[in-house]
Amino acid sequence: MPPGLHLTGLSVIYDGAPVFENLSVRLPAGKCTALLGPSGVGKTTLLRIIAGLEAPTAGRVTADDGEALGHRIAYMAQQDLLLPWASALQNVMLGAKLRGDKPDPARAQHLLARVGLAHRATARPAALSGGMRQRVALARTLYEDRPIVLMDEPFSALDAITRARIQDLAAELLAGRTTLLITHDPLEACRLGHQLLVLSGAPATLSAPIIVPGPPPRAPDNEALLHTQGQLMRALTALNPP
Amino acid sequence: MNAARPLITLAVFIAIWWAVTSFTAIPPFMLPSPQSVVAAALAQPGYLFTNTLTTLTEILAGLILGTTLGALAALAITASATAQRWLMPILVLSQSIPVFALAPLLVLWCGFGLSSKILMASLIIFFPVTANFSDGLRRTTPAWLDLACTMNASKTATLRHIRIPAALPALASGIRVATAIAPIGAIIGEWVGASSGLGYVMISANARIQTSLMFAALAILATMAITLYATADHTLRRWLAWAPEGGA
Repeated sequence: MPPGLHLTGLSVIYDGAPVFENLSVRLPAGKCTALLGPSGVGKTTLLRIIAGLEAPTAGRVTADDGEALGHRIAYMAQQDLLLPWASALQNVMLGAKLRGDKPDPARAQHLLARVGLAHRATARPAALSGGMRQRVALARTLYEDRPIVLMDEPFSALDAITRARIQDLAAELLAGRTTLLITHDPLEACRLGHQLLVLSGAPATLSAPIIVPGPPPRAPDNEALLHTQGQLMRALTALNPP
Repeated sequence: MNAARPLITLAVFIAIWWAVTSFTAIPPFMLPSPQSVVAAALAQPGYLFTNTLTTLTEILAGLILGTTLGALAALAITASATAQRWLMPILVLSQSIPVFALAPLLVLWCGFGLSSKILMASLIIFFPVTANFSDGLRRTTPAWLDLACTMNASKTATLRHIRIPAALPALASGIRVATAIAPIGAIIGEWVGASSGLGYVMISANARIQTSLMFAALAILATMAITLYATADHTLRRWLAWAPEGGA
């Protein structure tokens, strides 16, 4: 069972201006938490702190099983970050190569098959479409096989149809992991999230979690989804007066 | 058309040259006609071939040595702050002293043979290779480094699997510049003191007022330099086909 995450008393101050202060929240084990909020509010900073890429000014991130987080996080960014000189298959196995582990081409090939790219294993990223590249990035994230997955707007650059397809795929393949998904898209949040959080204000604070009923991925015309999306849209538009 | 364009330019150039030598009173010892240059080259093909081989060897060995040392210096500067503090002054110094001024010294120390010319070419090449490659190594996409960090990569593994491959197009730019200027180093070295090579042919032909032979050596040198550059450019483009613009 993957661990849940506790963010306790997190504060970040850039050049004397607090981004957020004393932020505490629990990301439930094995569930997907979607984080929304206006641009520049500090969503990515929060994700980078959890990933260990930035240190908070105060506070800490812990797993609820008490063990270190270091080797238990996989990270998927907005850009696919595929290495242009390496094939899709080699990109999937990047983590193993970087850690000096023996790469497992059979498992990488299997993951490529699961994201529907078995036939493009030898292709370089330049020969793939945006959607395909992001699917390779998803396979690379899955290859890491970590219990905690952090995603920073991973599908925002894709067109609506491609995005919907890859959302279904991500929900299926990431099920059971503790996932934090940053997104700008209320529909995406409502399709994939077990719970939704809104980060807003300066210094930023987190809303009370909004629970979406039913298991993800939810159909775009699912009634619970439409209801939550409406609720979320009202909350978000209230934050950004025109 | 793209392939024909340089040939047309060359043909026009030779036609103008021929016209100037045919219809003006410029004496042949100052500007020989194209046909006399060809005749001079054909009169002693063995002599020119041997000397071309010398210069080509100097250029190629200089390229290999200069590129290797330049790339190693770039890696050292990138990997270690201590190396950077020690190597940077040497790098700057190697550029502030005109390499041509060192030529007599190199010939004095290393003799009239190949080694002084190889060293000259290496010295000239060293800086552009180091500067381009270390620049490329410094500019790794930060998001790649973040990804590597979340994958628990060591610094060495990140350098080997991400930073070095990502900097290869920059290294290729350095090698292109190196290929273009390596012949300069070799020829300067030969002018200062040599017993063979195209630079030596030019100096000795000049002393004997064999201007046609001098022009023949010059033409061979130019052809060799252009061929070398085109070959390097083509190879690098194929090698780095993944990079936008073939690593330019």
